[in-house]
Amino acid sequence: MPEPTIDPATFAALGEMAGAEFVTELVDTFLEEAPRMLAEMREASAKRDAESFRRAAHSLKSNSNTFGAMALGEAAKSLELEGLEATSPAALDALDAAYARAAAALRALCDG
Amino acid sequence: MADRGHRLLVVDDNKVNRLLLSRTLEQLGHRVSTAENGVIALARLREEPYDLMLLDMEMPEMDGFTVLEHLSRDLKLRDLPVIVTSSLEGIAHVARCIELGAEDYLYKPVNGVLLKARVGSSLEKKRLRDQQKELISRFATSEVAQDLEQSGFSLGGRHVDASVMFCDIRGFTALAESQPPDETIELLNTYYTLMFDAINGAGGVVNQMIGDGLMAIFGAPLALADHREAAVRAALEMIEMIELFNAERTAGGKVPIRVGVGIASGPLIAGYTGTQARATYTCVGDTVNLAARLEAHTKQVPYDILIDDATLDASHGDVAITTVGQVVFHGKSTSVAVHAVERLTR
Repeated sequence: MPEPTIDPATFAALGEMAGAEFVTELVDTFLEEAPRMLAEMREASAKRDAESFRRAAHSLKSNSNTFGAMALGEAAKSLELEGLEATSPAALDALDAAYARAAAALRALCDG
Repeated sequence: MADRGHRLLVVDDNKVNRLLLSRTLEQLGHRVSTAENGVIALARLREEPYDLMLLDMEMPEMDGFTVLEHLSRDLKLRDLPVIVTSSLEGIAHVARCIELGAEDYLYKPVNGVLLKARVGSSLEKKRLRDQQKELISRFATSEVAQDLEQSGFSLGGRHVDASVMFCDIRGFTALAESQPPDETIELLNTYYTLMFDAINGAGGVVNQMIGDGLMAIFGAPLALADHREAAVRAALEMIEMIELFNAERTAGGKVPIRVGVGIASGPLIAGYTGTQARATYTCVGDTVNLAARLEAHTKQVPYDILIDDATLDASHGDVAITTVGQVVFHGKSTSVAVHAVERLTR
């Protein structure tokens, strides 16, 4: 059985802490902010700006873990720790793909 | 009030984190403001008072470590409790935050139950600290209170060279019995206001009040180079104030009051006594006992201010000294030279 894109226990705990309605608002905010973080990582990568790259990866990791988007969180964390120098374009593409899956799963959870 | 309605500042560059933390804290009944980075956070803290700050480490413009460094150097902000909320990897970061004065550390994503517990405990600790400060400000001048804040509130004593003063109203019990209770309380309030003014004005600290009696220290907790002279100056001022007060009382058809003051100088042990939650600053030693005996001795002689040899050494200038004689005080084996101080009439 594959790991779920969104960890159900983490997502449920978040709902208990903040309320289901507010979680929808949080998810909307994340879906607005995350594409900006991904774009920032691409831009920092092009400019060879290691500090901005690391900070954007750190932020994305932090939010992913809040919603229980484990695979996305892991991918962002490894980029944060490895840094810009060790990151390949393929790794950034993989991160985009992980985000797309997490975003779709979060939307489904909020609508369902 | 209890645990509700505290002012909290959430500092995080990430919008999702800011929203989630402020929402959760608002649900606990607190009033929450937010800041996106360290620069904005410091500006907010200087604008209005906060009870607690939740601080992210990784931020643009100014990061959390730099904010903590700023706080530790700022007298007004150094006591603000800070809970660090971060997802930085590695235990070294946690250690550095604690070293920089952070009260607690919460890993992100923040667990709701832990957040509630940590915030509650930080606010309770702050409440106790504020209470202690309030207590100190009641018996100390603002300079002393500030000095105590800087040196910390540790219980424990030290040897100091200082002057101790005792003062009370002669025949107060009889006076209190002869007039309505509210008049007695009003008299005490006026008396204390006048005595506090004179003592604080000369650099002394009133550290105990019992009924109509008070004890004051000159030269501790803050060292005072001329503490003997300062104590004598305060005593003369006190007597003068009482004379003015008596003129008013007599005009209003009330009986005048008389106060007695005793001052002794020398080595004593000063420090906080009590518990962590409730402490008072006090002094003990032979010097303290002697000052109390001198004050009591004003009942026996026609003088208002009595001092010992050590205090006499530094009493110069505008005063008249009369040596009362050698007195053997109760509980002492040797006699002590007693001197009376009066202001020279000009």
